[in-house]
Amino acid sequence: MAFDDLYQEIILDHYRNPHNFGEIQRSCTIVEEDNPTCGDQIKLSLWVDENKTIQDIKFSGQGCAISIASASIMTETVKGKTTNEAREIADTIITTMRGEGEPDVLDEYGDLIALKGVIQFPARVKCATLAWHALEEALQKAETGE
Amino acid sequence: MPTQSDIQQAIQALSFNPYTVREDFPILSEIFQRGEKQVPLVYLDNAATTQKPRQVLDTILHYYHHENANVHRGIHTLAERATEKYENARKKVAEFIGAPSEKTIVFTRGTTEAINLVAGSWGRKFLKAGDVVLLSEMEHHSNIIPWQLLSQSIGIELRYIPVTEEGTLVLDQLPQLVDERVKLISVTHMSNVFGTINPVKEIVAFAHERDIPVLVDGAQSAPHMPVNVQELGCDFYAFSGHKMCGPTGIGALYATERWLEEMDPYHGGGEMIRSVWWDRATWNDIPHKFEAGTPNIAGAIAFGAAIDYLQRLGMDAIHQYEQALTRYALERLEDIPGFRIFGQAPERGGVISFYVGNIHPHDVAQFLDADGVAVRAGHHCAQPLMRKLGIPATARASFYFYNTPEEVDILVQSIRKLKEFFGDGF
Ligand SMILES: Cc1ncc(COP(=O)(O)O)c(C=O)c1O
Repeated sequence: MAFDDLYQEIILDHYRNPHNFGEIQRSCTIVEEDNPTCGDQIKLSLWVDENKTIQDIKFSGQGCAISIASASIMTETVKGKTTNEAREIADTIITTMRGEGEPDVLDEYGDLIALKGVIQFPARVKCATLAWHALEEALQKAETGE
Repeated sequence: MPTQSDIQQAIQALSFNPYTVREDFPILSEIFQRGEKQVPLVYLDNAATTQKPRQVLDTILHYYHHENANVHRGIHTLAERATEKYENARKKVAEFIGAPSEKTIVFTRGTTEAINLVAGSWGRKFLKAGDVVLLSEMEHHSNIIPWQLLSQSIGIELRYIPVTEEGTLVLDQLPQLVDERVKLISVTHMSNVFGTINPVKEIVAFAHERDIPVLVDGAQSAPHMPVNVQELGCDFYAFSGHKMCGPTGIGALYATERWLEEMDPYHGGGEMIRSVWWDRATWNDIPHKFEAGTPNIAGAIAFGAAIDYLQRLGMDAIHQYEQALTRYALERLEDIPGFRIFGQAPERGGVISFYVGNIHPHDVAQFLDADGVAVRAGHHCAQPLMRKLGIPATARASFYFYNTPEEVDILVQSIRKLKEFFGDGF
Protein backbone atom coordinates (compact mmCIF):
# COMPACT_ATOMS: atom_id res chain seq x y z
CA MET A 1 0.00 0.00 0.00
CA ALA A 2 1.74 3.09 -1.15
CA PHE A 3 0.51 6.55 -0.38
CA ASP A 4 1.76 7.79 -3.77
CA ASP A 5 -0.43 5.28 -5.61
CA LEU A 6 -3.42 6.91 -4.00
CA TYR A 7 -2.45 10.54 -4.30
CA GLN A 8 -1.15 10.53 -7.85
CA GLU A 9 -0.29 13.78 -9.55
CA ILE A 10 -3.45 13.58 -11.69
CA ILE A 11 -5.57 13.33 -8.53
CA LEU A 12 -3.81 16.27 -6.91
CA ASP A 13 -4.20 18.38 -10.06
CA HIS A 14 -7.92 17.75 -10.20
CA TYR A 15 -8.19 18.37 -6.47
CA ARG A 16 -6.38 21.71 -6.62
CA ASN A 17 -8.17 22.82 -9.78
CA PRO A 18 -11.38 20.88 -10.10
CA HIS A 19 -12.96 20.96 -13.57
CA ASN A 20 -16.63 21.76 -14.05
CA PHE A 21 -16.95 23.07 -10.53
CA GLY A 22 -20.11 25.07 -9.91
CA GLU A 23 -23.70 24.90 -11.07
CA ILE A 24 -25.30 24.95 -14.51
CA GLN A 25 -27.19 28.21 -14.95
CA ARG A 26 -30.23 26.86 -16.75
CA SER A 27 -32.98 24.42 -15.99
CA CYS A 28 -31.48 21.00 -15.51
CA THR A 29 -31.47 17.96 -13.25
CA ILE A 30 -30.04 18.47 -9.77
CA VAL A 31 -29.16 15.76 -7.29
CA GLU A 32 -27.41 15.79 -3.97
CA GLU A 33 -25.55 12.82 -2.50
CA ASP A 34 -23.71 12.56 0.74
CA ASN A 35 -21.64 10.11 2.62
CA PRO A 36 -22.58 10.57 6.25
CA THR A 37 -19.69 8.52 7.60
CA CYS A 38 -17.15 11.05 6.36
CA GLY A 39 -19.39 14.05 5.77
CA ASP A 40 -18.61 14.31 2.07
CA GLN A 41 -21.29 16.05 0.03
CA ILE A 42 -21.79 16.53 -3.65
CA LYS A 43 -24.34 18.49 -5.62
CA LEU A 44 -24.53 17.58 -9.26
CA SER A 45 -26.27 19.50 -12.02
CA LEU A 46 -26.81 17.70 -15.29
CA TRP A 47 -28.13 18.97 -18.62
CA VAL A 48 -29.23 16.25 -21.03
CA ASP A 49 -30.50 17.39 -24.44
CA GLU A 50 -33.32 15.85 -26.50
CA ASN A 51 -30.85 13.42 -28.14
CA LYS A 52 -29.96 12.05 -24.73
CA THR A 53 -26.55 13.61 -24.90
CA ILE A 54 -24.93 15.17 -21.83
CA GLN A 55 -24.53 18.77 -22.90
CA ASP A 56 -23.20 19.97 -19.59
CA ILE A 57 -22.46 18.67 -16.12
CA LYS A 58 -21.14 20.49 -13.07
CA PHE A 59 -20.56 19.64 -9.45
CA SER A 60 -20.09 21.44 -6.18
CA GLY A 61 -19.69 20.31 -2.58
CA GLN A 62 -17.05 19.37 -0.13
CA GLY A 63 -14.92 16.35 0.37
CA CYS A 64 -11.48 14.87 0.52
CA ALA A 65 -8.96 15.02 -2.30
CA ILE A 66 -10.08 11.65 -3.62
CA SER A 67 -13.76 12.54 -3.77
CA ILE A 68 -13.20 15.98 -5.30
CA ALA A 69 -10.78 14.62 -7.89
CA SER A 70 -13.08 11.75 -8.72
CA ALA A 71 -15.99 14.16 -9.24
CA SER A 72 -13.85 16.39 -11.44
CA ILE A 73 -12.68 13.46 -13.57
CA MET A 74 -16.22 12.09 -13.72
CA THR A 75 -17.60 15.32 -15.21
CA GLU A 76 -14.74 15.44 -17.74
CA THR A 77 -15.34 11.83 -18.72
CA VAL A 78 -19.07 11.89 -19.32
CA LYS A 79 -19.53 15.34 -20.82
CA GLY A 80 -20.59 14.88 -24.46
CA LYS A 81 -21.45 11.22 -23.95
CA THR A 82 -24.96 9.83 -24.31
CA THR A 83 -26.81 8.89 -21.15
CA ASN A 84 -26.44 5.20 -21.99
CA GLU A 85 -22.69 5.55 -22.44
CA ALA A 86 -22.43 7.49 -19.19
CA ARG A 87 -24.42 4.88 -17.32
CA GLU A 88 -22.17 2.15 -18.64
CA ILE A 89 -19.05 3.99 -17.55
CA ALA A 90 -20.49 4.67 -14.08
CA ASP A 91 -21.32 1.01 -13.72
CA THR A 92 -17.83 -0.03 -14.77
CA ILE A 93 -16.17 2.41 -12.38
CA ILE A 94 -18.29 1.45 -9.42
CA THR A 95 -17.79 -2.29 -9.89
CA THR A 96 -14.08 -1.85 -10.48
CA MET A 97 -13.71 0.31 -7.38
CA ARG A 98 -15.40 -2.39 -5.35
CA GLY A 99 -12.69 -4.72 -6.54
CA GLU A 100 -15.12 -6.78 -8.59
CA GLY A 101 -13.76 -5.94 -12.03
CA GLU A 102 -10.42 -5.91 -13.77
CA PRO A 103 -8.63 -2.68 -12.71
CA ASP A 104 -7.00 -2.33 -16.11
CA VAL A 105 -10.29 -1.32 -17.72
CA LEU A 106 -9.66 2.08 -16.16
CA ASP A 107 -6.73 2.55 -18.54
CA GLU A 108 -9.19 3.25 -21.35
CA TYR A 109 -10.77 6.26 -19.71
CA GLY A 110 -8.13 8.99 -19.64
CA ASP A 111 -7.56 10.47 -16.21
CA LEU A 112 -9.68 7.77 -14.60
CA ILE A 113 -6.57 5.65 -14.64
CA ALA A 114 -5.49 7.64 -11.60
CA LEU A 115 -8.31 6.15 -9.54
CA LYS A 116 -6.81 2.69 -9.89
CA GLY A 117 -4.74 3.27 -6.77
CA VAL A 118 -7.87 3.67 -4.67
CA ILE A 119 -8.72 0.00 -5.05
CA GLN A 120 -5.90 -0.87 -2.64
CA PHE A 121 -7.49 1.37 0.02
CA PRO A 122 -10.90 -0.12 0.83
CA ALA A 123 -11.64 2.66 3.30
CA ARG A 124 -11.40 5.22 0.50
CA VAL A 125 -13.50 3.49 -2.14
CA LYS A 126 -16.60 5.30 -0.94
CA CYS A 127 -14.85 8.63 -1.45
CA ALA A 128 -14.04 7.72 -5.05
CA THR A 129 -17.50 6.42 -5.91
CA LEU A 130 -19.63 9.19 -4.38
CA ALA A 131 -19.67 11.29 -7.57
CA TRP A 132 -20.46 8.23 -9.67
CA HIS A 133 -23.40 7.29 -7.52
CA ALA A 134 -24.60 10.87 -7.83
CA LEU A 135 -24.25 10.57 -11.60
CA GLU A 136 -26.30 7.38 -11.67
CA GLU A 137 -28.99 9.06 -9.66
CA ALA A 138 -28.98 12.17 -11.86
CA LEU A 139 -29.24 10.08 -15.03
CA GLN A 140 -32.15 8.18 -13.56
CA LYS A 141 -33.84 11.40 -12.56
CA ALA A 142 -33.24 13.04 -15.95
CA GLU A 143 -34.70 10.01 -17.69
CA THR A 144 -37.83 9.65 -15.61
CA GLY A 145 -38.22 13.42 -15.59
CA GLU A 146 -39.15 13.56 -11.91
CA MET B 1 6.48 25.93 25.53
CA PRO B 2 7.34 22.85 27.61
CA THR B 3 10.59 21.52 26.17
CA GLN B 4 11.77 17.95 25.85
CA SER B 5 13.70 18.40 29.06
CA ASP B 6 10.60 19.70 30.91
CA ILE B 7 8.64 16.66 29.92
CA GLN B 8 11.56 14.35 30.65
CA GLN B 9 11.59 15.87 34.12
CA ALA B 10 7.88 15.21 34.48
CA ILE B 11 8.56 11.60 33.47
CA GLN B 12 11.30 11.27 36.10
CA ALA B 13 8.79 12.23 38.77
CA LEU B 14 6.31 9.51 37.76
CA SER B 15 5.86 6.17 39.45
CA PHE B 16 6.20 4.45 36.05
CA ASN B 17 8.27 4.94 32.95
CA PRO B 18 6.32 5.38 29.70
CA TYR B 19 9.34 4.19 27.69
CA THR B 20 9.69 0.91 29.52
CA VAL B 21 5.95 0.15 29.78
CA ARG B 22 5.97 0.04 25.98
CA GLU B 23 7.83 -3.24 26.23
CA ASP B 24 4.68 -4.77 27.70
CA PHE B 25 2.76 -4.01 24.49
CA PRO B 26 3.95 -6.27 21.66
CA ILE B 27 1.99 -4.37 19.01
CA LEU B 28 3.76 -1.09 19.76
CA SER B 29 6.92 -2.45 18.10
CA GLU B 30 5.06 -2.98 14.84
CA ILE B 31 6.96 -1.65 11.82
CA PHE B 32 5.27 -0.82 8.50
CA GLN B 33 6.89 -1.04 5.10
CA ARG B 34 6.37 2.16 3.12
CA GLY B 35 8.02 1.69 -0.27
CA GLU B 36 11.72 1.40 0.49
CA LYS B 37 11.30 2.88 3.93
CA GLN B 38 10.30 1.29 7.20
CA VAL B 39 8.27 3.33 9.65
CA PRO B 40 7.40 2.44 13.23
CA LEU B 41 3.79 2.48 14.36
CA VAL B 42 2.83 5.63 16.25
CA TYR B 43 -0.50 4.67 17.73
CA LEU B 44 -2.59 7.75 18.50
CA ASP B 45 -6.09 6.31 18.24
CA ASN B 46 -6.50 5.41 21.89
CA ALA B 47 -9.91 7.04 22.30
CA ALA B 48 -11.22 4.44 19.85
CA THR B 49 -9.48 1.52 21.50
CA THR B 50 -6.22 0.99 23.35
CA GLN B 51 -3.56 -1.65 22.85
CA LYS B 52 -3.26 -4.62 25.20
CA PRO B 53 -0.26 -5.50 27.36
CA ARG B 54 1.21 -8.98 27.46
CA GLN B 55 -0.15 -9.40 31.00
CA VAL B 56 -3.71 -9.18 29.65
CA LEU B 57 -3.02 -11.33 26.60
CA ASP B 58 -1.37 -14.00 28.78
CA THR B 59 -4.38 -14.00 31.08
CA ILE B 60 -6.66 -14.87 28.18
CA LEU B 61 -4.39 -17.68 27.04
CA HIS B 62 -3.98 -18.97 30.58
CA TYR B 63 -7.72 -18.97 31.06
CA TYR B 64 -8.29 -21.13 27.99
CA HIS B 65 -5.35 -23.38 28.79
CA HIS B 66 -6.15 -24.00 32.43
CA GLU B 67 -9.49 -22.62 33.59
CA ASN B 68 -12.08 -22.70 30.85
CA ALA B 69 -15.55 -23.86 31.91
CA ASN B 70 -18.97 -22.32 32.14
CA VAL B 71 -19.53 -20.24 35.25
CA HIS B 72 -21.96 -20.72 38.14
CA ARG B 73 -23.33 -24.03 36.95
CA GLY B 74 -20.75 -26.69 37.63
CA ILE B 75 -19.47 -28.72 40.50
CA HIS B 76 -16.23 -29.73 38.83
CA THR B 77 -12.86 -28.13 39.45
CA LEU B 78 -12.67 -26.12 36.26
CA ALA B 79 -16.15 -24.70 36.76
CA GLU B 80 -15.09 -23.59 40.21
CA ARG B 81 -11.89 -22.03 38.90
CA ALA B 82 -13.70 -20.16 36.12
CA THR B 83 -16.42 -18.94 38.48
CA GLU B 84 -13.96 -17.79 41.07
CA LYS B 85 -11.87 -15.90 38.52
CA TYR B 86 -14.94 -14.35 36.93
CA GLU B 87 -16.36 -13.17 40.24
CA ASN B 88 -12.96 -12.00 41.33
CA ALA B 89 -12.79 -9.81 38.20
CA ARG B 90 -16.07 -8.26 39.27
CA LYS B 91 -14.49 -7.36 42.62
CA LYS B 92 -11.58 -5.74 40.81
CA VAL B 93 -13.93 -3.66 38.67
CA ALA B 94 -15.89 -2.58 41.75
CA GLU B 95 -12.77 -1.61 43.60
CA PHE B 96 -11.35 0.21 40.56
CA ILE B 97 -14.24 2.68 40.44
CA GLY B 98 -14.82 2.84 44.18
CA ALA B 99 -18.15 1.02 44.06
CA PRO B 100 -19.49 -0.01 47.48
CA SER B 101 -19.88 -3.66 46.56
CA GLU B 102 -19.36 -6.06 43.66
CA LYS B 103 -23.13 -6.57 43.65
CA THR B 104 -23.37 -3.17 41.96
CA ILE B 105 -21.30 -4.24 38.94
CA VAL B 106 -23.01 -5.80 35.93
CA PHE B 107 -20.74 -7.11 33.19
CA THR B 108 -21.80 -5.92 29.74
CA ARG B 109 -20.28 -5.91 26.27
CA GLY B 110 -19.15 -2.35 26.85
CA THR B 111 -20.40 1.18 27.41
CA THR B 112 -22.97 0.93 24.65
CA GLU B 113 -24.63 -2.13 26.08
CA ALA B 114 -24.49 -0.67 29.59
CA ILE B 115 -26.39 2.44 28.49
CA ASN B 116 -28.88 0.36 26.52
CA LEU B 117 -29.39 -1.73 29.64
CA VAL B 118 -30.28 1.35 31.66
CA ALA B 119 -32.58 2.64 28.92
CA GLY B 120 -34.24 -0.76 28.63
CA SER B 121 -34.48 -1.87 32.24
CA TRP B 122 -34.61 1.38 34.16
CA GLY B 123 -36.16 3.59 31.48
CA ARG B 124 -38.98 1.25 30.60
CA LYS B 125 -39.88 0.81 34.23
CA PHE B 126 -39.54 4.34 35.55
CA LEU B 127 -40.22 6.61 32.55
CA LYS B 128 -43.49 7.35 30.81
CA ALA B 129 -44.72 9.46 27.89
CA GLY B 130 -43.90 13.13 28.39
CA ASP B 131 -40.97 12.52 30.72
CA VAL B 132 -37.71 14.12 29.67
CA VAL B 133 -34.20 12.67 29.55
CA LEU B 134 -31.58 15.41 29.57
CA LEU B 135 -28.43 14.68 27.56
CA SER B 136 -25.67 16.96 26.35
CA GLU B 137 -24.68 18.00 22.85
CA MET B 138 -21.30 16.32 23.24
CA GLU B 139 -22.65 12.80 23.73
CA HIS B 140 -21.44 9.81 21.77
CA HIS B 141 -24.18 8.18 19.67
CA SER B 142 -24.26 5.44 22.30
CA ASN B 143 -25.71 7.94 24.76
CA ILE B 144 -28.20 9.36 22.26
CA ILE B 145 -29.68 6.51 20.25
CA PRO B 146 -30.80 4.28 23.17
CA TRP B 147 -32.87 7.25 24.39
CA GLN B 148 -34.21 7.97 20.90
CA LEU B 149 -35.33 4.35 20.68
CA LEU B 150 -37.03 4.68 24.04
CA SER B 151 -38.60 7.91 22.88
CA GLN B 152 -40.05 6.12 19.84
CA SER B 153 -41.46 3.29 21.89
CA ILE B 154 -42.77 5.02 25.01
CA GLY B 155 -42.86 8.69 24.06
CA ILE B 156 -40.23 10.25 26.30
CA GLU B 157 -38.64 13.51 25.12
CA LEU B 158 -34.98 14.42 24.83
CA ARG B 159 -33.33 17.70 25.73
CA TYR B 160 -29.71 18.66 25.34
CA ILE B 161 -27.35 20.75 27.45
CA PRO B 162 -25.69 22.99 24.82
CA VAL B 163 -21.94 23.13 24.28
CA THR B 164 -19.90 26.27 23.77
CA GLU B 165 -17.50 26.89 20.92
CA GLU B 166 -14.60 25.87 23.14
CA GLY B 167 -16.26 22.57 23.93
CA THR B 168 -17.61 23.05 27.43
CA LEU B 169 -21.14 22.46 28.68
CA VAL B 170 -23.31 25.53 29.23
CA LEU B 171 -24.22 24.57 32.77
CA ASP B 172 -25.68 28.01 33.48
CA GLN B 173 -28.65 26.81 31.49
CA LEU B 174 -29.35 23.85 33.77
CA PRO B 175 -31.97 25.71 35.83
CA GLN B 176 -33.94 26.53 32.65
CA LEU B 177 -33.45 23.07 31.13
CA VAL B 178 -34.41 21.13 34.22
CA ASP B 179 -38.07 21.25 35.17
CA GLU B 180 -40.22 18.68 36.92
CA ARG B 181 -40.54 16.65 33.68
CA VAL B 182 -36.83 15.84 33.64
CA LYS B 183 -36.46 12.32 35.06
CA LEU B 184 -32.88 11.45 34.16
CA ILE B 185 -29.68 13.28 33.27
CA SER B 186 -27.22 11.28 31.20
CA VAL B 187 -23.87 12.88 30.36
CA THR B 188 -20.38 11.95 29.41
CA HIS B 189 -17.57 12.32 31.92
CA MET B 190 -15.04 13.08 29.21
CA SER B 191 -15.79 14.00 25.60
CA ASN B 192 -14.34 11.74 22.93
CA VAL B 193 -14.35 14.72 20.52
CA PHE B 194 -13.17 17.70 22.57
CA GLY B 195 -11.36 15.92 25.36
CA THR B 196 -13.34 18.05 27.81
CA ILE B 197 -13.64 16.65 31.32
CA ASN B 198 -17.09 17.62 32.55
CA PRO B 199 -17.83 18.62 36.15
CA VAL B 200 -19.93 15.55 36.72
CA LYS B 201 -19.90 15.86 40.49
CA GLU B 202 -21.57 19.27 40.30
CA ILE B 203 -24.11 18.02 37.79
CA VAL B 204 -24.97 15.14 40.11
CA ALA B 205 -25.32 17.49 43.08
CA PHE B 206 -27.65 19.74 41.08
CA ALA B 207 -29.71 16.76 39.90
CA HIS B 208 -29.95 15.04 43.27
CA GLU B 209 -31.29 18.21 44.91
CA ARG B 210 -34.21 17.65 42.58
CA ASP B 211 -34.29 13.85 43.00
CA ILE B 212 -33.16 13.28 39.43
CA PRO B 213 -30.87 10.28 38.89
CA VAL B 214 -27.71 10.68 36.80
CA LEU B 215 -26.00 8.32 34.38
CA VAL B 216 -22.35 9.00 33.64
CA ASP B 217 -20.75 7.72 30.42
CA GLY B 218 -17.30 6.83 31.68
CA ALA B 219 -15.94 5.34 28.43
CA GLN B 220 -13.26 8.02 28.22
CA SER B 221 -12.75 8.76 31.90
CA ALA B 222 -12.27 5.37 33.57
CA PRO B 223 -9.20 4.59 31.41
CA HIS B 224 -7.44 7.88 32.06
CA MET B 225 -8.08 9.16 35.58
CA PRO B 226 -8.94 7.97 39.05
CA VAL B 227 -12.70 7.55 39.29
CA ASN B 228 -14.78 7.03 42.41
CA VAL B 229 -18.47 6.57 41.71
CA GLN B 230 -19.41 7.17 45.33
CA GLU B 231 -17.59 10.48 45.33
CA LEU B 232 -19.21 11.44 42.04
CA GLY B 233 -22.50 10.33 43.53
CA CYS B 234 -23.88 9.14 40.20
CA ASP B 235 -26.61 6.52 39.98
CA PHE B 236 -25.15 4.78 36.92
CA TYR B 237 -21.65 4.65 35.47
CA ALA B 238 -20.85 2.88 32.19
CA PHE B 239 -17.44 1.98 30.77
CA SER B 240 -15.60 -0.30 28.34
CA GLY B 241 -12.70 -2.67 28.94
CA HIS B 242 -11.16 -2.26 25.49
CA LYS B 243 -10.45 1.44 26.04
CA MET B 244 -8.34 0.59 29.10
CA CYS B 245 -6.02 -2.22 28.02
CA GLY B 246 -8.68 -4.91 28.21
CA PRO B 247 -10.14 -6.97 25.38
CA THR B 248 -13.11 -5.96 23.24
CA GLY B 249 -16.56 -7.23 24.10
CA ILE B 250 -16.39 -6.61 27.83
CA GLY B 251 -17.35 -3.62 29.93
CA ALA B 252 -19.35 -2.81 32.98
CA LEU B 253 -22.32 -0.98 34.31
CA TYR B 254 -22.24 0.31 37.86
CA ALA B 255 -25.64 1.07 39.33
CA THR B 256 -26.67 1.70 42.90
CA GLU B 257 -27.98 -1.33 44.71
CA ARG B 258 -31.36 0.31 45.09
CA TRP B 259 -31.81 0.78 41.34
CA LEU B 260 -30.55 -2.69 40.48
CA GLU B 261 -33.04 -4.20 42.92
CA GLU B 262 -35.91 -2.18 41.49
CA MET B 263 -35.08 -2.47 37.79
CA ASP B 264 -36.52 -5.24 35.64
CA PRO B 265 -34.17 -7.69 33.93
CA TYR B 266 -32.68 -6.71 30.58
CA HIS B 267 -32.32 -9.97 28.67
CA GLY B 268 -34.01 -13.19 29.60
CA GLY B 269 -32.35 -16.60 29.66
CA GLY B 270 -30.15 -18.78 31.77
CA GLU B 271 -28.31 -17.51 34.81
CA MET B 272 -30.59 -14.51 35.42
CA ILE B 273 -33.38 -16.61 36.96
CA ARG B 274 -34.01 -18.28 40.31
CA SER B 275 -37.02 -20.51 39.57
CA VAL B 276 -38.83 -21.05 36.30
CA TRP B 277 -42.32 -22.41 35.64
CA TRP B 278 -44.03 -22.81 32.27
CA ASP B 279 -45.65 -19.44 32.56
CA ARG B 280 -43.45 -17.37 34.87
CA ALA B 281 -40.13 -17.06 36.64
CA THR B 282 -38.44 -15.34 39.51
CA TRP B 283 -35.18 -13.48 39.19
CA ASN B 284 -31.71 -14.21 40.43
CA ASP B 285 -30.00 -11.85 42.87
CA ILE B 286 -28.30 -8.73 41.59
CA PRO B 287 -26.12 -8.39 39.62
CA HIS B 288 -26.80 -11.83 38.06
CA LYS B 289 -30.36 -10.79 37.30
CA PHE B 290 -28.88 -8.69 34.50
CA GLU B 291 -26.46 -11.25 33.09
CA ALA B 292 -28.51 -13.65 30.98
CA GLY B 293 -26.69 -16.41 29.16
CA THR B 294 -23.05 -17.42 29.22
CA PRO B 295 -21.09 -14.22 29.71
CA ASN B 296 -17.76 -13.21 28.19
CA ILE B 297 -15.85 -15.08 30.90
CA ALA B 298 -12.37 -14.81 29.41
CA GLY B 299 -13.07 -11.16 28.61
CA ALA B 300 -14.13 -10.36 32.17
CA ILE B 301 -11.10 -12.08 33.66
CA ALA B 302 -8.82 -10.25 31.22
CA PHE B 303 -10.60 -6.99 32.08
CA GLY B 304 -9.62 -7.72 35.67
CA ALA B 305 -6.02 -8.26 34.54
CA ALA B 306 -6.11 -4.92 32.70
CA ILE B 307 -7.28 -3.25 35.90
CA ASP B 308 -4.44 -4.89 37.84
CA TYR B 309 -2.05 -3.57 35.23
CA LEU B 310 -3.39 0.00 35.43
CA GLN B 311 -3.47 -0.08 39.23
CA ARG B 312 0.15 -1.13 39.26
CA LEU B 313 1.08 1.97 37.22
CA GLY B 314 -1.31 4.07 39.29
CA MET B 315 -4.26 6.00 37.88
CA ASP B 316 -2.97 9.23 39.39
CA ALA B 317 0.34 8.84 37.62
CA ILE B 318 -1.35 7.90 34.35
CA HIS B 319 -3.50 11.00 34.55
CA GLN B 320 -0.57 13.22 35.45
CA TYR B 321 1.58 11.95 32.61
CA GLU B 322 -1.20 12.25 30.02
CA GLN B 323 -1.82 15.81 31.16
CA ALA B 324 1.85 16.68 30.66
CA LEU B 325 1.98 14.91 27.29
CA THR B 326 -1.20 16.64 26.11
CA ARG B 327 0.18 20.06 27.04
CA TYR B 328 3.39 19.20 25.24
CA ALA B 329 1.41 18.20 22.15
CA LEU B 330 -1.03 21.12 22.21
CA GLU B 331 1.68 23.74 22.31
CA ARG B 332 3.57 22.20 19.41
CA LEU B 333 0.45 21.67 17.33
CA GLU B 334 -0.92 25.16 17.95
CA ASP B 335 2.34 26.46 16.58
CA ILE B 336 1.55 25.05 13.12
CA PRO B 337 -0.01 27.72 10.88
CA GLY B 338 -3.61 26.91 10.01
CA PHE B 339 -3.93 24.31 12.80
CA ARG B 340 -7.40 24.48 14.38
CA ILE B 341 -8.29 22.59 17.54
CA PHE B 342 -11.87 21.69 18.42
CA GLY B 343 -12.01 21.69 22.18
CA GLN B 344 -10.21 24.25 24.31
CA ALA B 345 -11.69 23.43 27.68
CA PRO B 346 -9.46 24.21 30.64
CA GLU B 347 -10.15 20.76 32.11
CA ARG B 348 -9.24 18.28 29.43
CA GLY B 349 -7.77 14.90 28.70
CA GLY B 350 -5.54 13.62 25.93
CA VAL B 351 -7.97 13.82 23.02
CA ILE B 352 -7.18 16.39 20.34
CA SER B 353 -9.64 16.94 17.47
CA PHE B 354 -8.27 19.11 14.72
CA TYR B 355 -8.35 20.52 11.24
CA VAL B 356 -5.32 21.59 9.23
CA GLY B 357 -6.15 24.49 6.90
CA ASN B 358 -9.07 23.20 4.90
CA ILE B 359 -7.57 19.82 4.28
CA HIS B 360 -10.18 17.12 4.64
CA PRO B 361 -9.62 14.88 7.70
CA HIS B 362 -9.49 11.78 5.47
CA ASP B 363 -6.57 13.19 3.59
CA VAL B 364 -4.92 14.12 6.88
CA ALA B 365 -5.32 10.64 8.32
CA GLN B 366 -4.14 9.00 5.11
CA PHE B 367 -1.06 11.19 4.96
CA LEU B 368 -0.18 10.56 8.61
CA ASP B 369 -0.69 6.84 8.06
CA ALA B 370 2.02 6.92 5.41
CA ASP B 371 4.34 8.01 8.24
CA GLY B 372 3.05 5.23 10.48
CA VAL B 373 0.94 7.60 12.57
CA ALA B 374 -2.51 6.19 13.39
CA VAL B 375 -5.14 8.90 14.00
CA ARG B 376 -8.87 8.74 13.44
CA ALA B 377 -10.79 10.78 10.88
CA GLY B 378 -14.53 11.02 10.95
CA HIS B 379 -17.47 12.18 13.00
CA HIS B 380 -16.39 10.17 16.07
CA CYS B 381 -19.94 8.95 16.57
CA ALA B 382 -21.11 12.50 17.22
CA GLN B 383 -22.87 13.48 14.00
CA PRO B 384 -25.24 16.06 15.50
CA LEU B 385 -22.26 17.75 17.18
CA MET B 386 -20.29 17.87 13.91
CA ARG B 387 -23.32 19.43 12.24
CA LYS B 388 -23.48 22.05 14.97
CA LEU B 389 -19.77 22.80 14.59
CA GLY B 390 -20.33 23.16 10.83
CA ILE B 391 -17.66 20.65 9.87
CA PRO B 392 -18.04 17.28 8.16
CA ALA B 393 -15.53 15.52 10.38
CA THR B 394 -12.30 16.05 12.26
CA ALA B 395 -9.01 14.28 12.54
CA ARG B 396 -8.33 13.15 16.10
CA ALA B 397 -5.17 12.20 17.92
CA SER B 398 -5.67 10.59 21.32
CA PHE B 399 -3.03 9.49 23.78
CA TYR B 400 -2.45 6.81 26.36
CA PHE B 401 0.25 6.40 28.98
CA TYR B 402 2.50 4.47 26.57
CA ASN B 403 2.77 7.35 24.10
CA THR B 404 5.97 9.35 24.22
CA PRO B 405 7.01 12.94 23.50
CA GLU B 406 9.02 11.57 20.56
CA GLU B 407 5.81 10.19 19.08
CA VAL B 408 4.21 13.61 19.47
CA ASP B 409 7.20 15.04 17.59
CA ILE B 410 6.63 12.57 14.74
CA LEU B 411 2.96 13.62 14.61
CA VAL B 412 3.89 17.29 14.50
CA GLN B 413 6.51 16.75 11.79
CA SER B 414 4.11 14.74 9.70
CA ILE B 415 1.45 17.45 9.93
CA ARG B 416 3.96 20.06 8.85
CA LYS B 417 4.86 17.95 5.81
CA LEU B 418 1.18 17.41 5.10
CA LYS B 419 0.71 21.15 4.76
CA GLU B 420 3.43 21.26 2.14
CA PHE B 421 1.81 18.42 0.25
CA PHE B 422 -1.82 19.57 0.18
CA GLY B 423 -1.35 23.31 0.58
CA ASP B 424 -4.25 24.75 2.52
CA GLY B 425 -6.74 22.33 1.10
CA PHE B 426 -9.77 22.88 -0.99
C1 LIG C 1 -17.64 8.86 25.18
C2 LIG C 1 -17.92 7.50 24.65
N1 LIG C 1 -19.06 6.87 24.99
C3 LIG C 1 -19.35 5.65 24.54
C4 LIG C 1 -18.51 4.96 23.71
C5 LIG C 1 -18.92 3.60 23.22
O1 LIG C 1 -18.12 2.62 23.74
P1 LIG C 1 -18.22 1.11 23.24
O2 LIG C 1 -18.16 1.17 21.74
O3 LIG C 1 -17.03 0.47 23.85
O4 LIG C 1 -19.50 0.56 23.73
C6 LIG C 1 -17.32 5.56 23.33
C7 LIG C 1 -16.37 4.87 22.45
O5 LIG C 1 -16.33 4.92 21.26
C8 LIG C 1 -17.02 6.86 23.80
O6 LIG C 1 -15.89 7.48 23.45
